[in-house]
Amino acid sequence: MSGTETAIVVDEIPVPFKPGQTILEAALEAGVYIPHLCAHPEFAPHGSCKLCTVIVNGRNASACTLKAAAGQEIEVDTPDLHAYRRTLVQMLFVEGNHFCPGCEKSGNCQLQALAYDSEMMTPHFVEFYPHRPVDASHPDVLIDFNRCIQCELCVRASRDVDGKSIFALVGRGMASHIVVNSPSGKLGDTNFSVADKAAHVCPVGAILIKRVGYAVPIGERRYDLEAISEEASRCAGEEVR
Amino acid sequence: MLNLETAQSPQKLRRVAIEPVSRVEGHGKVTILLDAENRIHQVRLHIVEFRGFEVFIQGRPYWEVPIAVQRLCGICPVSHLIAATKAMDVIAGFGPLTPTAEKLRRLLHYGQIVQSHALHFFHLSSPDLLFGFESEVAKRNIIGVAAAFPDLAKQGVLTRKFGQEIIAHIAGKRIHGTGVIPGGVNKPLSVADRDSMRAGIDQIVDWSKAAVGLVIQLHETNPDFYRTFGESRANMMGLVDRRGALDFYHGGLRARDADGGPIFDQIDYATYRNVLQEDVKNWSYMKFPHIKTLGADKGWYRVGPLARVQVCDVMPTPLAEAERRTFLNAGGGKPLHGALMYHWARMIEMLHSAELARELLDDPDIVGTDLMADKGPRREEGVGVIEAPRGTLFHHYRADDNDLVSYCNLIVSTTNNNQAMNESIRAVASRYLSGRELTEGLLNHIEVAIRAYDPCLSCATHALGQMPLEVDLIDADGTLVSRARKG
Ligand code: SF4
Ligand code: FES
Repeated sequence: MSGTETAIVVDEIPVPFKPGQTILEAALEAGVYIPHLCAHPEFAPHGSCKLCTVIVNGRNASACTLKAAAGQEIEVDTPDLHAYRRTLVQMLFVEGNHFCPGCEKSGNCQLQALAYDSEMMTPHFVEFYPHRPVDASHPDVLIDFNRCIQCELCVRASRDVDGKSIFALVGRGMASHIVVNSPSGKLGDTNFSVADKAAHVCPVGAILIKRVGYAVPIGERRYDLEAISEEASRCAGEEVR
Repeated sequence: MLNLETAQSPQKLRRVAIEPVSRVEGHGKVTILLDAENRIHQVRLHIVEFRGFEVFIQGRPYWEVPIAVQRLCGICPVSHLIAATKAMDVIAGFGPLTPTAEKLRRLLHYGQIVQSHALHFFHLSSPDLLFGFESEVAKRNIIGVAAAFPDLAKQGVLTRKFGQEIIAHIAGKRIHGTGVIPGGVNKPLSVADRDSMRAGIDQIVDWSKAAVGLVIQLHETNPDFYRTFGESRANMMGLVDRRGALDFYHGGLRARDADGGPIFDQIDYATYRNVLQEDVKNWSYMKFPHIKTLGADKGWYRVGPLARVQVCDVMPTPLAEAERRTFLNAGGGKPLHGALMYHWARMIEMLHSAELARELLDDPDIVGTDLMADKGPRREEGVGVIEAPRGTLFHHYRADDNDLVSYCNLIVSTTNNNQAMNESIRAVASRYLSGRELTEGLLNHIEVAIRAYDPCLSCATHALGQMPLEVDLIDADGTLVSRARKG
């Protein structure tokens, strides 16, 4: 079998794929970085953030949901796509309350890392400054909804791995938000545990293990060590965190 | 106290505003009410900006607060970080810090004092002192100093930079880093970083000593003027250790009256409310604290360098203590209360901090790796107090059962000095301005007095240094008569 039947071309680099793999999976496995946020290698793709948008044979597509297929010529790193991703990140920033300087996730946050990756210098859009609550009712885990980007990774982890379905996305459009499945709506009134997968998947500073704070010094945090794109290339073939 | 706080019949008077006060941190405004003969009837330093930080951090997790609260200040964020973390050490339930953790925090704090005092003296105040208060405005700044006194300006810049390097090594960044966390610190100091600081510290001690010498020289050009300019006889407060020695990081509260007599001593700062009371006035966002037993009229006090060097019995490093003795002699056995004496005291403190940093860099514990204290049960309430560069800084918090902050009270250094600053500018106004045609140079006299306190007026900065100065002359009906600008 010649390579072209089992390979796609990403920014002119041939990338092999296995049957059933998405474009994102194949690219990451080959060490080719495609920015993404709501995708996670351990969970079914969600296709909501659109950060992984690429051009496949001339048409926009989400790399995290579209299966790789022979004959795909894919553009990732074009000026237009770069600017488009930056706009998406900026919209995520203004929609919530993301104050990186005071946030304990700073340096470990994928949204922040993608802001650097997309060379975002300002929020650009008018900030919404929404009023969102903090749920600190659980003894070991805190949820700061101010920083939630509604990627539903916690929803997927709690439902698919922990078998608890503690989180759900409700509402439509601008009103959509994550809720906690308990009569009071408080995390402290669920059987959520700090050992749950869902306690450890949040890409931003919304679901936090209590009292960890700033224990990791500046310089040793995840994205201090390497940029998100470098990390993805280095971890090629491994499970991406 | 001069009676210039509130004029008898303000409606007949002309109003002059200095806004914003330049070369200070944050936004302040001075208003002066004058009669037809330019006689002064009322002088007030107002704080026009309100940040509401105390409200803003309610409902936030307690471990986040020390980092968030650093944003109060662009010049000495480390002070807020350390004071808030000291309160959170208590709330989180930690026991005594490990020797390494306490020493690293101290080193960080001393680095902070060096950089802040160097910034204040060389960048913000030396132009007035070297060129004169009424000298040409365009040259009365650090650029002018660099042109006329290049070596001095260089020493100022490098001393400040050294302080910032200490901060970067411990907090991870020169400004708004982390480093200090409830229970200790988050990273050890590497031997390489220690060695690089050790290699530079002797020079900083020497330059700091030279800076004290420079202030003394300036003082000797006109001792009476230096001693009495902006003089306001005030009670004085600061932290001292158990022996009565100055301690910037930890200690008990001590207050002395304007003649040096005792008011209180070795007060556990967690009980500050027993000895201090905060009042509000309708013309300023900044509160007016005072010593409870003396009441609002007599109980206001001064903090910061001028208070500290006179409240303590000793500064526990040899060079600084020798300089402190010289300073005390200048008062002839009586405490000094002139605003410009702050500069002298401040440079003695810079020398002291450099010496303290040198001692720590020679201490093997500083590169230890035991960083976190033992933890017990969580506590509801915590108070953290330090001597920040500008004076005593109080952080007081309560956290609820869910770990969220439910109460916060901050008394920042500048607030402690509120009344004392107001009294100093009233002294300057009545002595130098009253009855004269106001000029930029005369108005700068007011600013010189404010600047001597090194106020951080909003303690939440946007701009540093050269802020524009605008003076409005407004008549009694509120009509703008004339406007002058600089900057
Ligand atoms: S809480 Fe975190 S994981 Fe859950 S939807 Fe929000 S951002 Fe995603
Ligand atoms: S990563 Fe593909 S849509 Fe979010």
